[in-house]
Amino acid sequence: MSDDVVIRAENISKRYRISHLAGQGTLRDTMHHMARLAWRRLRWNSKLNREDFWALRDVNFEIKRGEVVGIIGRNGAGKSTLLKILSRITEPTTGRITLKGRVASLLEVGTGFHPELTGRDNIFLNGAILGMSRVEIRKKFDEIVAFAEVERFLDTPVKRYSSGMYVRLAFAVAAHLEPEILIVDEVLAVGDAQFQKKCLGKIQSVAQNDGRTVLFVSHQMNAVQRLCTRAIVMQNGMIAADGPAHLIINGYLKQSAPTTASRDLTGNDVGRRGTGVARFTHIELRNHEGRSSPEILRGEPVRISISVHATKRIPNATFGFSFVTADGVEVMGSTATDEGISHELSAGVHQFSCLVEPMILNPGRYYIRAAIFSSSEVFDHIDEMIGVDVLSAASDQAHAPGNHWVGHVYLSYNWKHEHHSP
Amino acid sequence: MSSPAGEPPALVIEAGRTERHYWADLWRYRELLGFLAWRDIKVRYQQTLLGAAWALVQPLASVAIFTFVFGRLARMPSGNEPYFLVVMAGQLAWQLFANTLGNTSGSLVGNSHLIAKVYFPRLAVPLSTVAVALVDFAILLGLYVIALAWTGTVPTFRALLLPLFVILTLLLALGAGLWLAALTVRFRDFRIVVPFLLQIGVFATPVGYRTDFLPNWQALLSLNPMTGVIDAYRWCLLGPGTAFQWHSLSLSLAWTLMLVVTGVWYFRRTERSFADII
Repeated sequence: MSDDVVIRAENISKRYRISHLAGQGTLRDTMHHMARLAWRRLRWNSKLNREDFWALRDVNFEIKRGEVVGIIGRNGAGKSTLLKILSRITEPTTGRITLKGRVASLLEVGTGFHPELTGRDNIFLNGAILGMSRVEIRKKFDEIVAFAEVERFLDTPVKRYSSGMYVRLAFAVAAHLEPEILIVDEVLAVGDAQFQKKCLGKIQSVAQNDGRTVLFVSHQMNAVQRLCTRAIVMQNGMIAADGPAHLIINGYLKQSAPTTASRDLTGNDVGRRGTGVARFTHIELRNHEGRSSPEILRGEPVRISISVHATKRIPNATFGFSFVTADGVEVMGSTATDEGISHELSAGVHQFSCLVEPMILNPGRYYIRAAIFSSSEVFDHIDEMIGVDVLSAASDQAHAPGNHWVGHVYLSYNWKHEHHSP
Repeated sequence: MSSPAGEPPALVIEAGRTERHYWADLWRYRELLGFLAWRDIKVRYQQTLLGAAWALVQPLASVAIFTFVFGRLARMPSGNEPYFLVVMAGQLAWQLFANTLGNTSGSLVGNSHLIAKVYFPRLAVPLSTVAVALVDFAILLGLYVIALAWTGTVPTFRALLLPLFVILTLLLALGAGLWLAALTVRFRDFRIVVPFLLQIGVFATPVGYRTDFLPNWQALLSLNPMTGVIDAYRWCLLGPGTAFQWHSLSLSLAWTLMLVVTGVWYFRRTERSFADII
């Protein structure tokens, strides 16, 4: 292996066995199952009631020393399985991984924290679980406490901590690990915005200043963009794309939600969940002139039309949508229940349409997220259905010279400037 | 740790690869083992009013009941010692065994959040539970010493050999416990089976009576691996009149060897899939 490569994965596959027997896992079920298998063997019937699920299929990659790699992809694409194999929590079904250097993985914040123990005790316990030695923890203790900002509560059981304090302490311990290879899974999804920023900064400094290799799984594209030099897209257990982070992220967003005026949604299943009793089939955007277009002028109305196919009668369906930024922030949205509307859907195709007036988003790229649900179940939900480009209106130049937009939303502001002479 | 000079050898992960450095890894994780043990001990007595006194209440109640049932009602022979000393020596061995076995078999499921999220040699989890049982053992042993002084019994030099038999008890309990811990990951039934087995075990084992006055039953009783252990404890802890039971002890040793070897083998074989099915 070349000197620079610290992680090499060759033909990694991971199979899970999904058993279709109800209630698998008790001794009785297994005995019953074994008896049935034996009976089938006796009768030369080899068809087993089992299904293989390949969480990873033939994954190959190499990561060099000092690279910061973002792994992106939908839920169920195999990202977490890959991290679990790299962290040695579970083993691959086939293939081979060669790792050079000490690996620390942070698949969850606060693994092994015990609610009854004090903050001080938990720092030592959690540090040991993450692979630090007692000496190392003692050396870093003050730094950890300062980073977590919990000095006053060190001798309080963590069960009395606020969730914010808990997360801060947990991340602080992990952030002071000093492995050659750091594997991080979506830990930034917790904590408040300010702390998330601090964590990102910490990971960034680990990567840049100390030259460590970092593998980072996230759904937050802006975090990946900020931290990573390289990105890998996982799809259905395989690597779909691999390359410089900014190129890969743009391509990923375009592919998962193309910017087109209308889109057929029947075959689309990325970022999609729900029972499927009703399913989205089509989406279309119309601009202020009533023409089909993905480009909307700020300040003008836009009409969103979405078709839904109901497989049976649904007595109380609610439809909702929102505008989402590339970083996954929901800026604004509406559900029909906000307007006091709940629909009775008969089996068949229905069309919902909503006039958004006026478009108050600042220029930029947004995505439309939509869901149809009842009080008890989600029938269909798509994270990013389609991309929307909001363009600046002709009159905007006066308001925002140089296209410098503050925030995502535009309102009309009335500025006054008065001069008071002394 | 960022010095590229002292580079560690590359680690290779492959399906079914038995890691050559597993035992070295376990040694590297000895501090984690210590921390897990320390956590269990600390958590056990946190927020209890009587703290360590609870470690006394339960075995003392058992000793009182056994003394009454076997010593008073059944009038079993006790030798030269007061009956409750006979029972206490038995209780020392049985409690250590039962606690270790019970803690070990539930340990993996009880730490499932760790197993699903972090790598470490999984053996550290069942091994760390031994500490709690040892603390309880030490407390009861202290009480036994007080009882000896109170009754004016002077222990023989044989008491110095007790640590050997303590290790034997732990190995026996661990061997069985490794089997049960690994099986509990797959079949939660064993969470119900283990307490049930221990409940029966306390009567199938000569905790409340001594075997050396029951020559007709000795052969049958010594099929139970704990019989030899308890006999050995009594030989160490009671007066010089107690005979050494070679027969039952050799059976205990054979059981222990068999259980430890197969227990470690089964545990290591299934360990790799713990995170997938726990």
